[in-house]
Amino acid sequence: MAKITASVYTSHVPAIGAALDLGKTHEPYWQPVFKGYEYSKQWMKDNTPDVIFLVFNDHATAFSLEMIPTFAIGCAAEYKPADEGWGPRPVPRVIGHPELAAHIAQSVIQSDFDLTIVNKMDVDHGLTVPLSLMCGQPQAWPCPVIPFAVNVVQYPVPSGLRCYNLGRAIAHAVKSFDAPLKVQIWGTGGMSHQLQGPRAGLINREFDNAFLDRLVTEPKALAATPHIDYVREAGSEGIELVMWFVARGAMADAEGGAAPTVKHRFYHVPASNTAVGHLILENN
Amino acid sequence: MSLDKPYLDVPGTTIFDADQSRKGYWLNQFCMSLMKAENRARFKAGERAYLDEWAMTEEQKLAVLARDLNRCIAAGGNIYFLAKIGATDGKSFQQMAGSMTGMTEEEYRNMMIAGGRSVEGNRVVGEHGDAQADRQPQGAVGRAANLKAGA
Repeated sequence: MAKITASVYTSHVPAIGAALDLGKTHEPYWQPVFKGYEYSKQWMKDNTPDVIFLVFNDHATAFSLEMIPTFAIGCAAEYKPADEGWGPRPVPRVIGHPELAAHIAQSVIQSDFDLTIVNKMDVDHGLTVPLSLMCGQPQAWPCPVIPFAVNVVQYPVPSGLRCYNLGRAIAHAVKSFDAPLKVQIWGTGGMSHQLQGPRAGLINREFDNAFLDRLVTEPKALAATPHIDYVREAGSEGIELVMWFVARGAMADAEGGAAPTVKHRFYHVPASNTAVGHLILENN
Repeated sequence: MSLDKPYLDVPGTTIFDADQSRKGYWLNQFCMSLMKAENRARFKAGERAYLDEWAMTEEQKLAVLARDLNRCIAAGGNIYFLAKIGATDGKSFQQMAGSMTGMTEEEYRNMMIAGGRSVEGNRVVGEHGDAQADRQPQGAVGRAANLKAGA
């Protein structure tokens, strides 16, 4: 039986990827960001899973306006880092886990979540920056990854509660997979940021830190936060935070199990236009 | 019955919803084409001619030629698509975001290093924060212009 061992939450700012790729991690501007992930890289080495289920959003890379799936699960054997206009990031190919992905797709669709199945997709910074932050710059990523894309580009995006319940369905699916796999689930994006209009550059430390607090202690109540609160308080792109609930809903306490242990928490402003937030929660 | 759009009174903010997406379809699809190196080269070699290949409105084409991202967004553009124009021009996301505020690159960068734009006064249209319509453009240039207009 497979099981979810831990969940990881992190921002996926593209400039962080560029800073890594261009060797700028020791510049004073970037140093505090990467320092916040030193613990995480060691933790990844000590707790390498068999599979990472990585919830992210595509930024007009694999999905143009021709097709906008709300939830899309990657069932391919591998995924290429995308050329987002600056050339592809010099990072390893992402190896998939088609068997577990197909199993989760079947189980979750039967639980009434209408997933789109994707068998060919290039993955953008939304997926590769979290891998870089958690794993550094290896020749190959430490384990297979199942990419799971959520639409947060065109409004309306799915609600926090919908994402939380989807996480529960994913955890249920993982549990019924007939191999002793350790699976981590990652929720990425956020925290407060706005990339458009005269209000660009908005940051809300108070909102972000309350979000980190409550994500640990009362995630289901927090998941009921309406979309407009994200837009008003955390900026138009802060709405990416709904993706964190997919990971949080997959933790044991969502089904009455023990509360998770907070292994690491980090918050920093700024990385480019964005507040960086990060949590590691372990199931007990 | 009309749709519920509770986000229309957020200052300096355009939510990319189904209506904006419909309006901006070809503008955004043009941006998407710039993900291919050969298209970037063709666009750079003759911007107007390349834009004329797309079923965009004249306003959308002029907004792109002027690199006025606020105008592009009003015409249905979405920032993740518009970012492809910035990539073609060799601009970072921070340069693009900053360009919509009227601040210089340095002013915007310094605002972010100082902790970013405050939400105070910027939650609802009609408050008095720096993202409100009557305080545009921002930065030293905007302040000088506003001072002149006031005098």
